[in-house]
Amino acid sequence: MLRLSWFNVLSLALGFAFLYLPILLLVIYSFNASRLVTVWAGWSTRWYAELLNDRAILEAAWVSLRVAVLSATAATVLGTLAAVALTRFGRFGGRLLFSGMLYAPLVMPEVIIGLSLLLLFVAVGIDRGFWTVAVAHSTLTMCFVAVIVQSRLLQLDRSLEEAALDLGCPPLRTFFTVTLPLLVPALVSGWMLAFALSLDDLVIASFTTGPGATTLPIRIYSEIRLGVKPEINAICTIMLAAVGFALVVASLIAKLQDSDQSLRAPGGRNR
Amino acid sequence: MQSPGIIAPPRAFPSWRNSDARPLLRLEQVSKHFAGTAVVESVSLDVFEGEFFALLGPSGCGKTTLLRMLAGLDSPDSGRILLDGKDLAPVPPYRRPLNMMFQSYALFPHLNVESNIAFGLKQDRLARSEIAARVADMLRLVRLEGYGKRKPHQLSGGERQRVALARSLAKRPRVLLLDEPLAALDKKLRGETQFELMQLQAELGLTFIIVTHDQQEAMTVASRIAVMNRGRLAQIATPPEIYEQPNSRWVADFIGEVNLIEARVLAAGEGQREEQGIVLASASAGRLRAAQDGGSAAGDTVWIALRPEKVRIARERPAAAADNCVAGQVCSIGYLGDISAYKVRLESGWIMKAALANMTRLLDRPIGLDDHVWLSWPADAAVVLTR
Amino acid sequence: MKVPWRARPVVLVPYLWLAIFFLAPFLIVLKISLSRTAIAQPPYTPVLDVAAGWQGLQAFLAALTVDNYAFIASDWLYLASYLRSLELAAISTLLLLLIGFPLAYGMARAPRRWQPALFMLVMLPFWTSFLIRIYAWINILQHDGLLNRVLLALRLVDTPPAWLASDTAVYIGMVYSYLPFMVLPLYATLERLDTSLIEAAADLGCTRWKAFWLVTLPLSLPGLLAGILLCFIPIVGEFVIPDLLGGSQSMMIGQTLWSEFFLNKDWPVASAVAVVLLCVLLPPILVYQRMQARDLAG
Repeated sequence: MLRLSWFNVLSLALGFAFLYLPILLLVIYSFNASRLVTVWAGWSTRWYAELLNDRAILEAAWVSLRVAVLSATAATVLGTLAAVALTRFGRFGGRLLFSGMLYAPLVMPEVIIGLSLLLLFVAVGIDRGFWTVAVAHSTLTMCFVAVIVQSRLLQLDRSLEEAALDLGCPPLRTFFTVTLPLLVPALVSGWMLAFALSLDDLVIASFTTGPGATTLPIRIYSEIRLGVKPEINAICTIMLAAVGFALVVASLIAKLQDSDQSLRAPGGRNR
Repeated sequence: MQSPGIIAPPRAFPSWRNSDARPLLRLEQVSKHFAGTAVVESVSLDVFEGEFFALLGPSGCGKTTLLRMLAGLDSPDSGRILLDGKDLAPVPPYRRPLNMMFQSYALFPHLNVESNIAFGLKQDRLARSEIAARVADMLRLVRLEGYGKRKPHQLSGGERQRVALARSLAKRPRVLLLDEPLAALDKKLRGETQFELMQLQAELGLTFIIVTHDQQEAMTVASRIAVMNRGRLAQIATPPEIYEQPNSRWVADFIGEVNLIEARVLAAGEGQREEQGIVLASASAGRLRAAQDGGSAAGDTVWIALRPEKVRIARERPAAAADNCVAGQVCSIGYLGDISAYKVRLESGWIMKAALANMTRLLDRPIGLDDHVWLSWPADAAVVLTR
Repeated sequence: MKVPWRARPVVLVPYLWLAIFFLAPFLIVLKISLSRTAIAQPPYTPVLDVAAGWQGLQAFLAALTVDNYAFIASDWLYLASYLRSLELAAISTLLLLLIGFPLAYGMARAPRRWQPALFMLVMLPFWTSFLIRIYAWINILQHDGLLNRVLLALRLVDTPPAWLASDTAVYIGMVYSYLPFMVLPLYATLERLDTSLIEAAADLGCTRWKAFWLVTLPLSLPGLLAGILLCFIPIVGEFVIPDLLGGSQSMMIGQTLWSEFFLNKDWPVASAVAVVLLCVLLPPILVYQRMQARDLAG
């Protein structure tokens, strides 16, 4: 273990300060009694109260939540299937195209993805709204899930699945009784990532949404364009708290699973 | 359900020498290629019931691939594998009556010891009570009673190995395949486990096929060894036969230490022929005499394989020895505790190995470094190799 | 292992999904980029009439035009937008590299016990809303925001400078949003680095700085490349950050596309802009694909 030099410590400290300072300020100012950011008027929760009266934002939050849960679940299923296909099925016809399509959304600018999906829906004549946003988010986030699940699958000791086969378990049952339980941490973090991405997405949602399906980011965006508002600080803080809580829970679950399965196979060299 | 009984395999007449006996497992010209290179090439062998059969060879010789093909985890590109006369090709691994013990043990980390052992039995849909009884039996067999509820990460390496063994034996397979099962254990534990495996195999009357790169291990446990080199079978024989009668230089060199002397077979008449056997002339060690010709003819260039422990080393020239006798100077001595390994540089420049058991606790030895010594050996100690 | 018959759905389901919702849309974008605007629903022509059969198809193909591309090529506005996007993306990526590398390196050198926590700390902002974080910066950078108040208090400036609606603000926003994308692949590669290699270099007479240049840096190139691509490619097409933090003088291509589509309601031109953007980005995307495929193939 190499010692940390002062340079290392400095870069760590500055880096994390840079990352967290704005968020911290946001949280603090959501409790500012004054409307103006420049004036600190004491602690107050009035903006949270005003938030509860803001119909538009609450509805948008509800829409976002539903879209996020739906698309995260769909993305987890699709992404896991894709990851399994890529890691366990060797060379199959069209594999190159498949992996190309799977990795592309990771880097592609969202405006392109959003635009193309919207044009698809228009060309086919589907009304845009809740379902189109959900489909769009599923398509985007399944790639992230696939990457996470794939890297976990590659780490798994293949001899576990082979041992199950050897002991009389047909392939499908092996997947459900051996592989899947060991994949759970990856599935959970994949779901959570897909959930966060969906909840957060502005561009693709803007392109693919329709009347009555305004998502929270769209709402927040339109409010921001009008200027800084303290209620925004409040809702941002709430979202932060929710995500922070979910992350803590997830990491606790991961820790429990890990101690269960941190199995170093003795001399486990795979041929 | 009875507990595993004791079946003593017939020691009198080994089945592989009995031309009437049918093999339990037969491989016919099995080949497998990976990315253009042949990993296993035209391997044919028979394994009989009750054998402890070893596949031995250096890394990359294809022995593990062969084992996996037996288990059904890989399929041969050509050739057949027959169990009891029936082709195993259409049978997927989960329906073959063979079980494998993996090198990494492959214990399911999310199941405890009992569930691991019961895994295969559950696939067969046995009754719960029967499964429980069988699991208890297995735990008793590998001396892990009381460990049933533990999880794999709470066990030591040796304990995990025994769970893996119990799991693979639980279904009473026709053949048990072991993939380098002792590789991860330290020397002492390895020795103890080897002995336990042999006892287990004899008690249960099962057929074991073990893959290993450790020659000592193969020689210790196996009834017959198949030595493989680069995908091909080099020799199949019992341990003594492999050691004392290797069929090629490669096998002779792979197993234990050996002196390989290149020589030319002299025709009858070119030298004296008092006893049986042949006479050869070598550049490195003078005139040699071998008891058997190993299929060679006069004029052939052959190699003499001579094990170091068969070579006598002495300060004085042995009387009445004209052949199989050379002089040299000791250039290194390796003290290995039970034996001393000498390297002697002959007049021809070639280095010959001799080994002497340290029979007495001598602190100053009669033969030391740089001493001039004579090496000699009897004619029947040498094996003539034509390839 | 060949794909067994019954396992086909595992491949087919995601394949079809992606083919329908990812691939097909691109073909449609291409088609529309070759169309003309129309005051109709949908607002472009020609529209393929499947019922008209073969003649319909012929009429359809005949009505396609490359006018939109000609239009883009002739108008300086679009070219400027592309170039500005590439320039901004390049500089942002460079800044990300300069800030992200020390951070990732510090994380990789930290004691093993701390590393999961540090990793979590870097990921945490990523989980929070992207919009929120940009908004936080607006808070800080606005005329009477925190930054100016600190600067005034420290008497570093006399009048508060305008941070928002400038390139500086855009760079800050880009670096802030994309930092995890640069840090994570770098960290993954640096963490796997065998420290004994650096010790060997020291043993052979390298100073710490030299060891870094000759050993650490070359070995971290895969992570470096991944981080660069993961940042550069999406930044080129970025919309939200330049829209909220940038000025109105010149727009990035993402903004151009957006305004073309939502404000001008000119779908064909917007599609053509998208197609050209995609072509520009295709080489780095392909490089990234190759890297991913090779990396994940183990």
